Amino acid sequence: MNNNKSISVQNLTKKFGNFTAVNAISFEVEKGEIFGFLGANGAGKTTAMKMLIGISKPTSGEAKVAGFDVYKDTEKIKKNIGYMSQKFALYDDLTVRENARFYGGIYGLSKKQIKKKTNEFITELGIADIADNLVGSLPLGWKQKLAFSVSLIHEPKVVFLDEPTGGVDPITRRQFWEMIYKQADNGTTIFVTTHYMDEAEYCDRVSIMVEGKIEALDTPENLRKQYGVDSMNAVFLKLARG
Amino acid sequence: MKRFIGFIKKEFYHIFRDKRSLFILFGMPIAQILLFGFAVTNEINNVKVAIYDKANDVESLKLIQNISASQYFEIDKMIYDSSEIESIFKQGQVKAVLVFESDFAQKLTKENIANIQIITDATEPNTATTIINYIGAILQKYQAGLNKTIQMPYQIKAETRMLYNPELKSVFMFVPGVMTIILMLVSAMMTSISITREKEIGTMEILLVSPLKPSQVILGKVFPYIFLSIINAVVILLLGFFIFGMPMQGGFLLLGLESILFIVSALALGILISTISETQQTAMMISLMGLLLPVILLSGFIFPIASMPKALQIFSNIIPATWYIIILKGIMLKGVGIAILWKETLILFGMTLFFIVLSIKKYKIRLE
Repeated sequence: MNNNKSISVQNLTKKFGNFTAVNAISFEVEKGEIFGFLGANGAGKTTAMKMLIGISKPTSGEAKVAGFDVYKDTEKIKKNIGYMSQKFALYDDLTVRENARFYGGIYGLSKKQIKKKTNEFITELGIADIADNLVGSLPLGWKQKLAFSVSLIHEPKVVFLDEPTGGVDPITRRQFWEMIYKQADNGTTIFVTTHYMDEAEYCDRVSIMVEGKIEALDTPENLRKQYGVDSMNAVFLKLARG
Repeated sequence: MKRFIGFIKKEFYHIFRDKRSLFILFGMPIAQILLFGFAVTNEINNVKVAIYDKANDVESLKLIQNISASQYFEIDKMIYDSSEIESIFKQGQVKAVLVFESDFAQKLTKENIANIQIITDATEPNTATTIINYIGAILQKYQAGLNKTIQMPYQIKAETRMLYNPELKSVFMFVPGVMTIILMLVSAMMTSISITREKEIGTMEILLVSPLKPSQVILGKVFPYIFLSIINAVVILLLGFFIFGMPMQGGFLLLGLESILFIVSALALGILISTISETQQTAMMISLMGLLLPVILLSGFIFPIASMPKALQIFSNIIPATWYIIILKGIMLKGVGIAILWKETLILFGMTLFFIVLSIKKYKIRLE
């Protein structure tokens, strides 16, 4: 495998009894790429993602994340990835700094490193005045951006975002994507699932999963051309409806 | 290790910033022990009684004096007609009425037998029974005083001695019981709630994706509660000693070790509950219904196991609390050691092991 591939997946399959949630999917993601992972509810997105982040064992197939095997090296994978889920994931009863300290701590960062990284994102987000407030008192949009910043605290090579912008307003979503771009420019690979088709347009490449299989995988532009429509929304509807 | 300490620090933030868990942790033990110690008690004190003295002679007056002199009873009023008895009970103040038959003294000295009727308010059956026993005791003492001069042939005198708790102080029963409840509550309920909370807000997923091992996550979650449970146990014991004069016949070391064993079994139950419940509410309901209720009702804390139906007796045997209460009473009241309590300890140990293995298995299945 060459070093530019952040994620490479070959015939990855997950079965629950007779039900095949993920059916022999294959794809590769380049370093620094923003990879959109789309699909209707129940298409198998989350299951596929869980195998990649090392909390679910594949039934068969091969996969490497940040150069590590998902069967043998889950511990190493965990150290090298960041993860933010659709549910908001900072502690409401801890302050912004305490959250950062906690998450930095479980990734084994030193106090100094944590402080440095925390101050960095605090200045970047311009939130010095609320850094010692409880996270519970902040508006949802802020929380989401903070959760993203905290998930980057250990400088992961790959970040998995599971519907990160669920329930936030369009302006915050826009800002959130600017943060994603910036991170990708720094060389971090972004693996993102989303329900919003306008967000799919922001991705470098997107894959669309239907019933456990990847039905389409290309740049948004090529996909639109291929299906002869003018938006990702139309591409998605065409595929998902069969 | 540094990661682990960070994790535990975070747990303490959760606990100390949540008023409700603070209340359960520190308010509850104190409230319960005081409640059970002072309010919920089987003893009687200054119970109001009424007297209907038809005789009004030397002997009846002496007896009435004896009764009113005891700390248990207080003569509320004298009544002069049997029709008053009913109305007096309906008012509810008076718990018992004593009726002396007419010519009480004469019958006692001439016929050697005189009657007293004791009427009690049995809407509170326990109190009623206790009142009858206490009055009976006073009468017997009085009788014994009368008979001192006369030698009665063939007399069987039953002399009872209450061992270990001679004054039948109910607080001695409640301290071990409350301790069991609190340890169960703190260890099982609080842990199960705090683990499901992480599931509910989505942080559990983040923790599992992090380099922390699942076992570290769970240990980190339960460790603070082990610590807090031990503090609670100490607080309850101190309250028991200093406020209620609870005896401590046996060894502290054994008591401590047995308590830790029980705490661990409760924690394992808490983890087990958290694996089967998705929300904090579910975890709380399961803990309350599935753990706390059996502990209160079936562990022998309030109701004696021997007087339960057979099926419930069997059920009470599979509750860890039943064995822990036996152990606690053994150590605190009887002062016995491991030589006597090894069987109970072994059973508790087996149960703990079983719950730990089961919860680890369940937890692993969930991760798959």
